[in-house]
Amino acid sequence: MYSLAIEIPYWGQSLLRVLGGLVAVLLPAGTIVYVFLFKMMSFMQSRLGPMEAGPYGSLQLIAEVGKWLQKEDIAPEKADVRIFKMAPIIVLLSTFLLVVVVPFGPDAYFTDFSVGIFYALAVGSVSVIGILVAGWASANKYSLLGGLRAAGQLIAYELPMVLAVVGVVIQAGSMNLQDIVVAQNTGQIFGWGGLGNPYVITQFVGFVIFMIAVQAELTQAPFDMPIAESELVSGYMTEYSGFRFLMFFIGEFATAGVFAFIASVLFLGGWGVPFGWFGWESLDQVSNWMNIGGPLIMFTKMMVLTFIIMWVRFSYPRFREDQLQRFAWKVLIPVSLANIVVTAILKVAF
Amino acid sequence: MTTSITGAMLLAADGINIAMNVGFGIIAAIMVFAALSVVTTRNVVHGALWLVVVLGGVAAQYLLAGAEFVAISQVLVYIGAVMVLFLFGIMLTRAKIGADTDLNNSSWGLGIPVALLMLGVLVWAVIDAFGDTVITDRGPTPTVEISDAFLGPYLLPFLAISFVLLAAAVGAIVIARKD
Repeated sequence: MYSLAIEIPYWGQSLLRVLGGLVAVLLPAGTIVYVFLFKMMSFMQSRLGPMEAGPYGSLQLIAEVGKWLQKEDIAPEKADVRIFKMAPIIVLLSTFLLVVVVPFGPDAYFTDFSVGIFYALAVGSVSVIGILVAGWASANKYSLLGGLRAAGQLIAYELPMVLAVVGVVIQAGSMNLQDIVVAQNTGQIFGWGGLGNPYVITQFVGFVIFMIAVQAELTQAPFDMPIAESELVSGYMTEYSGFRFLMFFIGEFATAGVFAFIASVLFLGGWGVPFGWFGWESLDQVSNWMNIGGPLIMFTKMMVLTFIIMWVRFSYPRFREDQLQRFAWKVLIPVSLANIVVTAILKVAF
Repeated sequence: MTTSITGAMLLAADGINIAMNVGFGIIAAIMVFAALSVVTTRNVVHGALWLVVVLGGVAAQYLLAGAEFVAISQVLVYIGAVMVLFLFGIMLTRAKIGADTDLNNSSWGLGIPVALLMLGVLVWAVIDAFGDTVITDRGPTPTVEISDAFLGPYLLPFLAISFVLLAAAVGAIVIARKD
């Protein structure tokens, strides 16, 4: 597998991994914000969106980042300043830790972790702590209410998310994301391997549950009760300004990108093309050019999935708190449990 | 070439990974400091956050020992669920910002002998079980082995624990129900 002509020392590899991680998190975040939040939302609402900075407003994001960076770093007088300043870092950190296990090509991964998807779900849940203490440390009743709502919602929707993934893990027989990609691209549908076996077909129920749970975990509308601007100002983010607000903002859209990466690995075949197309039989035979093509395929799939997330966000009105909780506990969790049982029975039967 | 040289330097002759032991020491020191901060801090929420550091340190130690699945479970269950529930509970009831004066109750001194007793039992158990055995660097434990173990020879304890948890869940529902 190591076919590089030059040997990179360990510190060089680590540096490249860090840079790769920054690109894999920040590039999707920036693209999502410009393409979907600035432009698509504007077109859906019959307006142009930002047009002044750069051609078609494409440099608007850089202008915004510059604006946020030069703002004063304000903490409320009665706030718990240390915790207040730490909270957005916890949220952003959990996003960067998430991308570590996502494979982008046969050799283009950060780490080959045997319990990859389990790790992603565990690390994804750490951001709840950041949100909760952000709400508390702001010394603001709206913030505290927003933080508590966010925690309640994130706990409720983490369960269907984990349970939806179990179906995929049962079918692939592995928790390693690289193995899940290979299993999909070498799989066959009733003996026909022309498309591989992307799990969005066999695990469609799991896919839908996973995407709904992702929508809720990202607190995007219709699940944006925690930052409901008409009643809570801006929820746990109310007191934040300047670059700490920017961190929450990047965290929100970067996490959307990373969760879309994970969903495309789990359900859409990840970086791979069906191996049969090029006569590959296992991971070792995959050509080297897939290390370039793989990230592009992943990026395309990520854009498709985040398009769906944003489309839903701009289209549907907000759930009420009780509807939101009832939907998680009484609909999603029973359905995902049934999905696990059916998947396990079919796995043993075939 | 370079990696193999550093690898040889870090791996002493009898298969002990020195870098791993250094890492263990650093993480252990952080954990001890965080654990002391949990009981000495004057704010409940700060105490809970220090506890998060301790539990994260435990997960890091599991990773160093090659127990990947246990480490991730530690993060998912203790940091992602138990600590969030702790913070949730604290914030719903009493969570003042700033120092709290009445955090200690009158019998806090009793905790010290109990903690020392626990330490003694754990140290004795570890020394009794391993003694002078040198544990070499074995690499991570495959998750498949763990699942084979608890769905095979340990199936009965696994089911028993599930039953206990089910009973606890039913009990919680009975207590919470109004009618």
